[in-house]
Amino acid sequence: MDVTGLSLTTITLFLPLIGLAILVFMNGETQKSNLKWVAFVTSLVTFVASVVMWINFDPSTAELQMVQRNTWAEVSLGESVINVSYFVGVDGISMLLVLLTTFIMPIAILGSFGSNIFEERGREKLYYIFLMLLEWSMIGVFVVHDLIIFYVFWEVTLVPMYFLIGIWGAEERIYAAVKFFLYTMAGSILMLIAILYVGNRSGTFSTYSAGGDVGVIEKVQNFDGEGTYWDALGPDGEGEDAGFLLDSVESFLFLGFLVAFAIKVPIFPFHSWLPDAHVQAPTAGSVILAGVLLKMGTYGIVRFNLNLFPEATVAWAPTIAFLGVVGIIYGAWVSYAQNNVKKLVAYSSVSHLGFVVLGIFALNSQGLQGATLQMVNHGISTGGLFLIVGMLYERWHTKEMADYGGIWKVMPLFGAISLVISLSSMGLPGLNGFIGEFTILLGSLGSDYLGFAFTLFGTLGVILAAVYLLKMFQHVFMGEFKKPLADEAGYKLTWYEKAAYIPIIIMIFWMGLQPIVFFNLLDVSVDSIVAMFVG
Amino acid sequence: MFESPSIAEFLADSNLASTLPGTLLLAWTLLLVIVDLFTDEERQHWTPILACVGLGLSFLANIAVYSLAEGEQVALYGMFIADAFTGFLNFVILVATLIAVLMSWDYLKRAGIHRGEYYILALISSAGAMFMVGANDLITVFVALELLSIPLYILAAFRSIKNDGSDLALKSEESGMKYFILGAFSSAFLVFGAALVYGATGTTNLPQIFDIAGGIVGETSSGTFYLLVGAALLIVGLGFKVAVVPFHMWTPDVYEGAPTPVTAFMSVTAKIGGFAALLRVLITGLSVLVLAEGDAVAWQATATIIAILTLVLGNFVAISQRNLKRMLAYSSIAHAGYIMVSVAAAGSANVIDAATQGALVYMLAYMFTNLGAFAVVMTIEREDGSGGNIDDINGLAQSRPLLAMAMTIFMLSLTGVPLTAGFVGKFMIFSAALQAGLFGLAVIGVLTSVVSAFYYIRVVVNMYLRDSEGELQPPLDTQYLRWAINIALAGTLVFGIFYPLATNLVSMVSIA
Repeated sequence: MDVTGLSLTTITLFLPLIGLAILVFMNGETQKSNLKWVAFVTSLVTFVASVVMWINFDPSTAELQMVQRNTWAEVSLGESVINVSYFVGVDGISMLLVLLTTFIMPIAILGSFGSNIFEERGREKLYYIFLMLLEWSMIGVFVVHDLIIFYVFWEVTLVPMYFLIGIWGAEERIYAAVKFFLYTMAGSILMLIAILYVGNRSGTFSTYSAGGDVGVIEKVQNFDGEGTYWDALGPDGEGEDAGFLLDSVESFLFLGFLVAFAIKVPIFPFHSWLPDAHVQAPTAGSVILAGVLLKMGTYGIVRFNLNLFPEATVAWAPTIAFLGVVGIIYGAWVSYAQNNVKKLVAYSSVSHLGFVVLGIFALNSQGLQGATLQMVNHGISTGGLFLIVGMLYERWHTKEMADYGGIWKVMPLFGAISLVISLSSMGLPGLNGFIGEFTILLGSLGSDYLGFAFTLFGTLGVILAAVYLLKMFQHVFMGEFKKPLADEAGYKLTWYEKAAYIPIIIMIFWMGLQPIVFFNLLDVSVDSIVAMFVG
Repeated sequence: MFESPSIAEFLADSNLASTLPGTLLLAWTLLLVIVDLFTDEERQHWTPILACVGLGLSFLANIAVYSLAEGEQVALYGMFIADAFTGFLNFVILVATLIAVLMSWDYLKRAGIHRGEYYILALISSAGAMFMVGANDLITVFVALELLSIPLYILAAFRSIKNDGSDLALKSEESGMKYFILGAFSSAFLVFGAALVYGATGTTNLPQIFDIAGGIVGETSSGTFYLLVGAALLIVGLGFKVAVVPFHMWTPDVYEGAPTPVTAFMSVTAKIGGFAALLRVLITGLSVLVLAEGDAVAWQATATIIAILTLVLGNFVAISQRNLKRMLAYSSIAHAGYIMVSVAAAGSANVIDAATQGALVYMLAYMFTNLGAFAVVMTIEREDGSGGNIDDINGLAQSRPLLAMAMTIFMLSLTGVPLTAGFVGKFMIFSAALQAGLFGLAVIGVLTSVVSAFYYIRVVVNMYLRDSEGELQPPLDTQYLRWAINIALAGTLVFGIFYPLATNLVSMVSIA
């Protein structure tokens, strides 16, 4: 394995920073019209780079690919010295999520092309700088395999998102931004403690093995002493068996990581920041938040909780999966009760992410594959829904469903696009949402750790999704046309709006009709993770 | 017959060369007193320039001493030690003083109290701090502490030299008086503690205390008793200086009343000196104070409790502050709490080095960040001292984007967000605490930093997300202040982004 040279992963990761550097040196006033193009082209180039990665990706191995590892710093912890290394690489799961990130980014930028937020708030240059920073840090979260650097990227995503909501958001933006920042920071700082502990105990911050250094995962898996790896090395030096919930070091570590991720996902009952952040964020912010940022939480659970703490994962699986199912039902229920379109879509995220959590904690191959695919599906379809809401708002300046009606009559193309995306979100067979949800339910049915009731209530969620999404569609697009626009030109979709929807529609059909392409990508990587839990 | 040694012999015996950074600065300052006496109104600006030159010379001397000398050098017949610990902290103190001098320039002129004595006092105080970090003897600790503190008392009251009966002058006078009385009080504790330790061991030299105390503990109960009480009093005395709870009461009043650059200067230098002495006394001198086989050091529990109280009180009280200077005062109490975490961690024998290094990196990060934050506050403060409230920075990002950006980075660094120096410091301190097995302390530490995020982020919220209400006032002339901000900003970012830089600098530090 090549571990030192400049890898494709590094190139993809740092491309957004080049765009950022160009933006910094541009004049925000005189070159105002060029700013968005720099951001858009950068994100497009990054997308191309990630596609090149995909072409070079070999799906037949679970090993990390396109790896680069350089020692960054040496931390002395007591008597031992631990390396912090710049360690990037992708397996199937990372690859898919990097593609999702680079795919959503240009769409989100296109979504801000016609935005009127700058007329009021200005600071266009800063806006695109933050978007580039956000893309860099999100890709970073998905590709690094050193716990400290992971934490750095994880925290850095907070800063641009905080400003995106806080500066260019709606009326209650300050409240939402501060809540978002504090809520997520509270979770992640507990993870820092767990990370430091893991580094102390295992003598490395690298999760995977590379270049002769044994990573934490291998140490955990190859441990053959009494009890579990973490507890055998516990502070008292005495191991305990796995029949625990809170009486072991491993459980504490597991929870340290989980709380950080659960807040980001968000898993019920940690979801209260999400509706505020989503509703107040500008369109691009909502698209990225729903499309990518929430996936960082579920990705973290798969990458760290499952890999590093297998015993605690087994012990906690039913509890967390239960919270996932509660989230499915609760999210759908609350979503149905909303009169605000954006809030409805926001709560639908809680419900959809509940499926992902259920799939992950089924702890088998179908469950995890479905969960990973569902992360991508949700990113595409909910990202699309937020774009729709944003475009409606830009024309009619209201988010209340009661103010809309009959849009389809004046905007037939827009109506058709919205229908496809809504159907995809509710999981219609033939579209992408169905594949993810179906595989997850299949996984939970065959799970060794979850009972039949989990699947039953999960399925209920699919039906509820149809209820609230159809309600939204009906209120907005069907019925009597209520509010004609002053300017008839507003009924036409602009070229950049069309350009934003085309890739989304293509992906919805492609993933729905030919899911095997994406399952192939995940197959081996997922199997290597669930191997610890199956059989 | 008694023969006095020749100067050459004295220099060789005492190894005075190792104290060069401190002695040079002190000698330069004494010269500066004379120079300042003969400069007239018109050439007043020469004193601060010469002060900066002195700091530069001392900086070069510091580099020379620590790159030429190998390992540690004991000087002044065992009273002073020049090791990596001293060298690193000398560097921090010198940079802090440089930034403070740059900050003062504009401020003093604006306040109409531009006097050469100001810089002379600051430099003496800085030299005192440099002797304090190298103190290898309880006597040196005491003398250096006085050298550090007495100029600070005067500086705190410096606004009252323009005796116009204004509120600011009165507050400054009150600040100096309060600081003086409580400082004198705490020195008494320190001396009493030193006397008890001397009574138990018969020496004031720290390594000798370590050797002798090792034999006493567990053997004679009275010896152990005196050592314990002595250690407690030393912690109280130094705890006043570094302002940890419950010895922090003076801080907010003194910080608010003193001229802002003085507040910035003393919130950094006095803390560095105090913590350096605390670490040396507790680790080099008293880390044998283990009462029962296998236990941690006796003072670890005390340090842990102080750390917890400081973290909780400092951070929670800072939330309710509307005045930025007062908020920074309470936040500086909270930061003393974080450094105290590493003092507590140093109580476990196997993490002494990691904890010391963590404390040093934290002090470095805190120095840059805190001085930077104070410099920004001074930039927006008005001549009459108003304009330092949290609402006065509303909309700063629109009117002065670069200043707002700098303040944001300082606030993020104080919170401990990655890619800033503050994160590196917090990271090392919490690692040390975990390694020492102080899980509860580490968790309280991180939870209180979430609390701190609340009030630091509020500053960013006001700058970026709210619009300014009143009319924008023209920015004051802040030529040198800008330099201070630039240096602080560069330090915060460079040490934050290039993580290995700080850790490599302290990797040789070991005072056990």
